[in-house]
Amino acid sequence: MAKHSFTGGIHPYDGKELSKDKPIKDIYPKGKMVYPVSQHIGAPASPIVAKGDHVLRGQRIAEAAGFVSSHIYSTVSGTVEAIEPRRTVTGDMVLSIIIDNDGEYREVDYDVCDEIDIDNMSKEDILKRIQDAGIVGMGGAGFPTHVKLSPKEPDRIDYCIANCAECEPYLTSDYRRMIEQPQMLIEGLKCVLRLFDNAKGILAVEDNKPDCIAKLKALTKNEPRILVKTLKTKYPQGAERQLIFATTRRAINSSMLPADAGCVVNNVDTLCAIYNAVWNGKPLMERIVTVTGDAIKEPQNYRVCIGMSYSELIEAAGGYKTEPEKIVSGGPMMGFALFNTDVPTTKTASALLALSKDEVARYTPTACINCGMCLEVCPGRVMPKALAECAEHGDYERFEKLNGMECCECGCCSYVCPAKRQLTQSIKSARKIVLANKKKAGK
Amino acid sequence: MSDMMNVSSNPHIRSKVSTDKIMLCVVLALLPAAGFGVWNFGLNALWQILLTIAACVISEALYELFMKKKLTIFDFSAVVTGLLLALNMPPAAPLWLGPMGGVFAIIVVKMLFGGLGQNFMNPALAARCFLLISFPGIMTNFECDAYTGATPLATLKAGGSVNVLNMIIGRTSGTIGETSMIAIVAGACILLLLGIIDLKIPGSYIITFVIFYGLFGGHGFNSYYISAELAGGGLMLGAFFMATDYVTRPVTKLGQIVFGVILGILTGIFRIFGASSEGVSYAIIIGNMLVPLITRFTAPKPFGRGGERI
Repeated sequence: MAKHSFTGGIHPYDGKELSKDKPIKDIYPKGKMVYPVSQHIGAPASPIVAKGDHVLRGQRIAEAAGFVSSHIYSTVSGTVEAIEPRRTVTGDMVLSIIIDNDGEYREVDYDVCDEIDIDNMSKEDILKRIQDAGIVGMGGAGFPTHVKLSPKEPDRIDYCIANCAECEPYLTSDYRRMIEQPQMLIEGLKCVLRLFDNAKGILAVEDNKPDCIAKLKALTKNEPRILVKTLKTKYPQGAERQLIFATTRRAINSSMLPADAGCVVNNVDTLCAIYNAVWNGKPLMERIVTVTGDAIKEPQNYRVCIGMSYSELIEAAGGYKTEPEKIVSGGPMMGFALFNTDVPTTKTASALLALSKDEVARYTPTACINCGMCLEVCPGRVMPKALAECAEHGDYERFEKLNGMECCECGCCSYVCPAKRQLTQSIKSARKIVLANKKKAGK
Repeated sequence: MSDMMNVSSNPHIRSKVSTDKIMLCVVLALLPAAGFGVWNFGLNALWQILLTIAACVISEALYELFMKKKLTIFDFSAVVTGLLLALNMPPAAPLWLGPMGGVFAIIVVKMLFGGLGQNFMNPALAARCFLLISFPGIMTNFECDAYTGATPLATLKAGGSVNVLNMIIGRTSGTIGETSMIAIVAGACILLLLGIIDLKIPGSYIITFVIFYGLFGGHGFNSYYISAELAGGGLMLGAFFMATDYVTRPVTKLGQIVFGVILGILTGIFRIFGASSEGVSYAIIIGNMLVPLITRFTAPKPFGRGGERI
């Protein structure tokens, strides 16, 4: 079978062997829990608990502030200790609810459904359950899932794509999910398909996970609406626009939504969360986090209570083998570097990566030799070198003219650059400035 | 915050390919041609090569020292320039000539325009043309101990006959590094296999030249004349090692093919209609000057705006 792919991309060392054979382990936090009210794109949620309140696991502690926003739930039982700004993975200070975990994990009652309930559930009910559960895109962007699942014309959605690519090096959380709980993923996808009458479901998996492909194919043999598609292993195969193109040959630009191409894309963990919300009435409280890197003693995949500190995860994984030079939340291509591990896991935290060597710090950028490699690998088909030059000269008009806003910040250009130039960084900051200027002009 | 970790923007990993490694590979790939030149022409060629390289590296270092700039000689780009220039020198040229060209290449063509990556012409070729214009007698005299008489292409143009097999092996007169088609192509294969260059520029260049020569060369598509034209002069060295110079070629795929076609036509014009039997150097530096224009007109379309299927 022809493998689905896109033009450009890179093949970095994937490091997945460190953790791919480690079964998912449950981990119960001991320390204080921190819940930033902004773990998603959109308006920050508003806290609905006060200092001193006692909360249960599964209790809503912050309410979505509008449609494009998301609820936050407590993942432990305990007492609200404070509501104050705390440092998050991006380095920003975000208003957070701090809960003193009593270690008893007393839960609220969930509205569990059986098969008959599910069959009778209306589209509105399904969407409501997803919205109530506070589910956001758990692949990293954190876009509220109920918004994604409410396009203007649901009948024009042809494909519901499950993003099982996991193209980021080192990450194995989706892989473990597919190996251990493939049924959950498929049921989650079926819940989404319920919303779109004309859509087919696509499980898109990279060909470096043949065991997952075989498993998913066997399980969906009798599902006429679901097909498994094999993708070429290449970064960033799981980037939303590239994934849509690889699986459907439809291309959208930065100003369009997947729905414009008749697609809805959700990642593995998100679909599992949807399953939990629709069937079990459970809010989003857990996610799989890969704790890995060559500086970690025992790389693991953990089922983590969202809100627990990264420090605890490192401790659970046996601590450091060697002194890490760099710690990243997420994968090495698009993750955030942490200057300290005392930050909470959030809905979008897919991995914690501790690297013994900071490759970026080791190299000094030198002159561009015009080799064209950045252009060759750019999945957005723009000219990173020219864009970075505009960014460095502050020429934002030309930056936009050269399609700088089409960049998806995947990092391929910086990765390949033989002169070790910080192309992605320059382009990213220019994009931020252009967006900010547009916002200003709009007001 | 006692123990702060390194923080930087994504991505946090880098490929192992770096500028100095690329330049070293180019040097390595030029060694067969250089080695053949020394074997073919004798020790004078070796000294010319070594002194020219030394002149390039030292002038770059001194320039940076005087201008209080960061020393960049360890990226080995000056070595590549010196080696390429030396390979374009006549074997019997006096030993001060190569180094003089080297200083011109580095100081005037490269450093004054901003150093590596900023020069708009290939420094080695610009220096060769500078020497050709300034010292035409020495630069076009290919008589040496091993060979007397004109280069094969000049012989051919004058109506004489040549031994094509000798030309392919390289047992003919010419510049130090241009005579052996086999050695040059062997070196080019290293770069092709490593992915440092691809066939877009050399391929379109050579094919265009063959077609142009067949149409306007006066001998039709005669295999004797065509193989002699391909093996003779600087075409192979130019097509694989100088037209493919990263800094002075277009970056876009389409632009590279356009660039190759332009070079093929220019070389054909110079060789057929020009006064000299050679034309590769001039073709490439004229092509170099068209690069910004070519790049501009062949800029890729972004993904989602028509560029996703290329």
